[in-house]
Amino acid sequence: MESFRFCFLMLTIAILASPALSDLVLSKVDRRIYLTSHIVRISSTVKVENAGPEKESLVLLAFPEQQAKNMAYLMATPHEGKGKVKNPVVALPVEAANPKDMPAALTFYSISLPMGLAEGDSFTFDVLAVFTHALRPIPEQITQADIQLVLYQDSAHYLSPYAVKVQSLSVKLPDSRIESYTKLENTKIHGSEIKYGPYENLPSFSYSPIAVHFESNLPFSVAQELVREIEISHWGNVQVTEHYKLIHGGAQSKGEFSRLDFLARPNVRGASAFRYLVANLPPRAHSVYYRDEIGNISTSHLRGDSKKTELLIEPRYPMFGGWRTAFTIGYGLPLQDFLYESDRKRFLNITFSSPMVELVIDALIVKVVLPEGSSDISVAAPFPVEQWQETKISHLDIDGRPVVVLKKTNVVPEHNQFFQVYYHFSQLSMLREPLMLISGFFFFFVACIVYMHADISISKSSASYLAKQQWEEVQAVIQQVQNIISRCLTTHDNLEASLRDLSRTGNIQACKAARKAADGLLKELSKELKPLLTFLQSSPSAAQVLPKVEELVAKERELQEKVMVKHATVVDGYEKKLGACDIENRVALQQQKLTALRQEVDDLLEFIDEI
Amino acid sequence: MSNSSTSDLLKPFKLKTKQQELLIRVSILCLVYILAFITRLFSVLRYESMIHEFDPYFNYRTTLYLTQHGFYDFWNWFDYESWYPLGRIVGGTLYPGLMVTAALIYRLLHFLRFAVHIREVCVLTAPFFASNTTLVAYFFGKEIWDSGAGLVAAILIAVCPGYISRSVAGSYDNEGVAIFALLFTFYLFVKAVNTGSLAWGLASAFGYFYMVSAWGGYVFIINLIPLYVLVLLITGRYSMRLYVAYNCMYILGMLLAMQIRFVGFQHVQSGEHMAAMGVFFLMQVFYFLDWVKHMLSDTKLFQEFLRITVTCAVAVGGIALGVGMASGYISPWTGRFYSLLDPTYAKDHIPIIASVSEHQPTAWSSFMFDFHILLFLFPAGLYFCFKRLSDATIFIVMYGLTSMYFAGVMVRLILVATPAVCLISAIAVSATVKNLTVLLRSKNKVAQIGSSKGTSSAKASSKASLDQSQPFQKNGAMALLFGAFYLLSRYATHCTWVTSEAYSSPSIVLAARGAHGNRVIFDDYREAYFWLWQNTPPDAKVMSWWDYGYQITAMGNRTVIVDNNTWNNTHIATVGRAMSSYEDEAYEIIRSLDVDYVLVVFGGVTGYSSDDINKFLWMVRIGGGVFPVIKEPDYLVNGEYRVDKGAAPKMLNCLMYKLSYYRFGEMMTEYGKPPGYDRARGVEIGNKDIKLEHLEEAFTTSNWIVRIYKVKPPNNRW
Repeated sequence: MESFRFCFLMLTIAILASPALSDLVLSKVDRRIYLTSHIVRISSTVKVENAGPEKESLVLLAFPEQQAKNMAYLMATPHEGKGKVKNPVVALPVEAANPKDMPAALTFYSISLPMGLAEGDSFTFDVLAVFTHALRPIPEQITQADIQLVLYQDSAHYLSPYAVKVQSLSVKLPDSRIESYTKLENTKIHGSEIKYGPYENLPSFSYSPIAVHFESNLPFSVAQELVREIEISHWGNVQVTEHYKLIHGGAQSKGEFSRLDFLARPNVRGASAFRYLVANLPPRAHSVYYRDEIGNISTSHLRGDSKKTELLIEPRYPMFGGWRTAFTIGYGLPLQDFLYESDRKRFLNITFSSPMVELVIDALIVKVVLPEGSSDISVAAPFPVEQWQETKISHLDIDGRPVVVLKKTNVVPEHNQFFQVYYHFSQLSMLREPLMLISGFFFFFVACIVYMHADISISKSSASYLAKQQWEEVQAVIQQVQNIISRCLTTHDNLEASLRDLSRTGNIQACKAARKAADGLLKELSKELKPLLTFLQSSPSAAQVLPKVEELVAKERELQEKVMVKHATVVDGYEKKLGACDIENRVALQQQKLTALRQEVDDLLEFIDEI
Repeated sequence: MSNSSTSDLLKPFKLKTKQQELLIRVSILCLVYILAFITRLFSVLRYESMIHEFDPYFNYRTTLYLTQHGFYDFWNWFDYESWYPLGRIVGGTLYPGLMVTAALIYRLLHFLRFAVHIREVCVLTAPFFASNTTLVAYFFGKEIWDSGAGLVAAILIAVCPGYISRSVAGSYDNEGVAIFALLFTFYLFVKAVNTGSLAWGLASAFGYFYMVSAWGGYVFIINLIPLYVLVLLITGRYSMRLYVAYNCMYILGMLLAMQIRFVGFQHVQSGEHMAAMGVFFLMQVFYFLDWVKHMLSDTKLFQEFLRITVTCAVAVGGIALGVGMASGYISPWTGRFYSLLDPTYAKDHIPIIASVSEHQPTAWSSFMFDFHILLFLFPAGLYFCFKRLSDATIFIVMYGLTSMYFAGVMVRLILVATPAVCLISAIAVSATVKNLTVLLRSKNKVAQIGSSKGTSSAKASSKASLDQSQPFQKNGAMALLFGAFYLLSRYATHCTWVTSEAYSSPSIVLAARGAHGNRVIFDDYREAYFWLWQNTPPDAKVMSWWDYGYQITAMGNRTVIVDNNTWNNTHIATVGRAMSSYEDEAYEIIRSLDVDYVLVVFGGVTGYSSDDINKFLWMVRIGGGVFPVIKEPDYLVNGEYRVDKGAAPKMLNCLMYKLSYYRFGEMMTEYGKPPGYDRARGVEIGNKDIKLEHLEEAFTTSNWIVRIYKVKPPNNRW
């Protein structure tokens, strides 16, 4: 009731004030109000005529304050005839105007016509105005079983600072029950459409309030806050993350919520609730996720084709009037679809608003995170937005990534237009992060190497430190001893090989030469061995190992002798031209001993190795 | 020819045996480290990166608080959201080790510029520490036996289900880091005893400090180590090394442990810690006597002196203990401690401990389930330990035996026994395999050399000389070795199966097989908690059974009356009483507790059996323990617990029954069954016409698992 009273008050002010603004006359106005969604759209076709002598190029549109504060979007385009081929429409510039001597309760916008209107000229244009929160639920609280009724208020007459010759109004409602509507003269109802008018020759600022009270079970999805984060990675991905805080903006639910009723007859018991939301993501969207603060939400479906990707998400619970939820969706997009280059500057060209269908956003914050090292950042948006910059520190950043933040309140799907962010970014900066990783690992390994080789003990004179050092020396010496022994063993193997050669070729001389060479080598080796052994004998920390090493050396020497003897015997046998069988019989015993000795030497070597 | 040339080519790259061994050892350890981590990721892959169960949600919430508000705020945190209207001093009633560890890892990662979420850190903390535990197990094994046993121990513990049960990704609980800390402390202490080095003693004191900060199970350490020292003293293995190690560890460890607010002065005031102190003084007496013995040459005189000193020491100790106990300075043992020593104690005296399923005595099958072949290897390992007795093996034997006893008393203590069982079994495996391979290798070598030497007579003789003694030795060893490897591979398969089937479910999200074999997910808990968070006033108070308290505060962000901390038995009993009273009586209690919402968990629609109706008898018992008006027999019929028509009238009309089955009588749950058929219990419910007077249904999740009721304001009198 209050708003009615307010309207009347305003009307009186308007009529009292009514000055002759200009000589423009609206010769025909067709208004269509679409109430088929919770976003109210009023589309009007206006034909304006200049009746005065002066040339006019500005047309004023008036909205009552009540409506103006809910207005989210206003656009005027030149009217295209019905049969014409549709050219790309160029919007007419619209500005908020504040003309003098006008009632304060009205808000004005001025449309600049493409050319001035001379006397008698006329021009037709379309105006689309979009309003949010314009449907008021009455009653304000309903139970689960009730249907949701909403009230819409407007004027049957076109509110304008100009006189209107002919006008008509049609109100399109959803296909359901109409509780009541204001009946004036010339009111007709066709199914779900109510028609007012035509009315002729009304003066300026005429106002005739109407109210429509009807059933609407459409999803009243309102995002109280939406934060969209668009992060560009030059490695080929644009990552979009959207944090929603959603509320059902219709009639508040009261009383019990019965799951049983809701399960049995969801369309009757819970008609006003909505269970899912649809988002139309750009084509080739990938890695889509849907989660909230406490984890993944498993109820979502994704369908994709080459035109678009459709994401259907179900909140954790059905949304009844006044219920809230919060969730996050995220998806990746291919970089080449959204990032372009012009004049050595890159620019991102991406849609501004949410991909959700028929969603009202009270406060939208868009954050564009540019790669680290971007500079010269500028934004081109199709409508005015609040704008500032931040930095965000993400993976492997040193001084953070520049973030452009855009903020806009009262956003409707009509705002889902492309905007651009221009910036400079050098290709070389891309290598920064991989290089950082590489150098990080490099320094880690260098540090390991340094640690392994550096002597970091505090007291260089402590007993344990000295003992450790001595032990290391001993180990080095033992290593050398082992080397020598193994060289001796290879010499033995060579001798054996020369014997095999002998049995094949019968070349006694070569075999003798081999023995001589081996003999010399072995002597040299035993010379080398001597200082090492004396060192071991002198070193106290080698006391444990010493007997074993000495045993090893002794056994090896024995082995050496045995091998020599065997060699001599075999060569001797050949010289005497004995049969192979004979020779074998002769050396058989030696061979046995040799094998046993070799075994012992190997065991000892292994034992020493394990120290 | 070609053979020799390739071997020549490879010569510079050929490693010495020692280097080869090192390389193999390090690569095995690396693989085990990775294996221990990835085998715990089943739940992340199958569900998502989320926190599991109940207690981890509290830990997660506190970690979040710690990272957001800093350490001092965390230390002084008074939590208004739990135990309404009492609240809880969080900083003084928790073991902060886990949270501080996770927060430090988080800080470090952010310092290195890895912008991870704290949740991911929390989820992966337990697997990370499990990986570290394998390294500690290796070093411990090396210390008590040899590096082979260390490697086997690392492998066994990496996949042992007894340990995995508490350390899968998402199980963000104290035990996750505590087992690491426990084993690490033991390792450092044994190392200190073996070396007698003050540095290792100090390290073990710090290990102990970390353990105290992480888990209440530190009491096990502070009792096991004195016991071990006592055993060494009795068996005549007292040494200067032991003296240094124990004194350093005890004094420093005690002082450090006092810095944890939750522990405070318990080390000098509580009965559970007195054994350590007694042994400490005993050590001093021992040392003193040793010194006197050294100074006195006369043995007779010394005998006399010994008698007097021992009598005095025992008398002084006894009097001190008696006076301390009598004056109340030394607190008696707590119920939990009693229930460990006497498994039937909790059942008779503390229903709240007995009501938790993980505090039940362990069944044989769960030993088999959690240890598999280790159960058989354990005695074998003990045999080997006794065969080669040293200070270190005595320790591991004592650790193994005591922890096995505790594992038998309580299911959850299998966890504490696991490292010991793994280590002792590793000794068995390693020693056996080593013996067998030594047999095999020595023979192979001789045979090889014999054949390469080529002469038939030599071959024959060598064969004869070696095979004579033990015929078929080689084949036997081979067979045994294969048997061992077969068993170990069975163990690995079993562990993986258990991990994937039994221990990788988050229990917040329930999964079932649908009619067509597809996977159905019941996400009702989070549905309800998120509903609470979004659609109730921020200061709403929620009453539920204590199991769900931590989850409601962490995921629903609402104040609860009782939670899993269970520090105030009376408060829990009040809730139990409310749940088991008639509605109007319960309404009085609910009003007095200023409750706005009541939450119950109900599995009748889905057949989810761990719901509130099945826990209800515990509510009655706990409530009845404090308020004698609640009597358990009122809810039973001939000692039987029923919910169908034959149920006790009090049962059919108590608040819990009403809230669980409200309007369930109209519901068809299963084809061919009457409406109101309870699938969890397999009966048709007895009271289908339930009217609620003071509460109204506020929300029920899609599978009815969680039901939330709003408490109506009192009626106007006029």
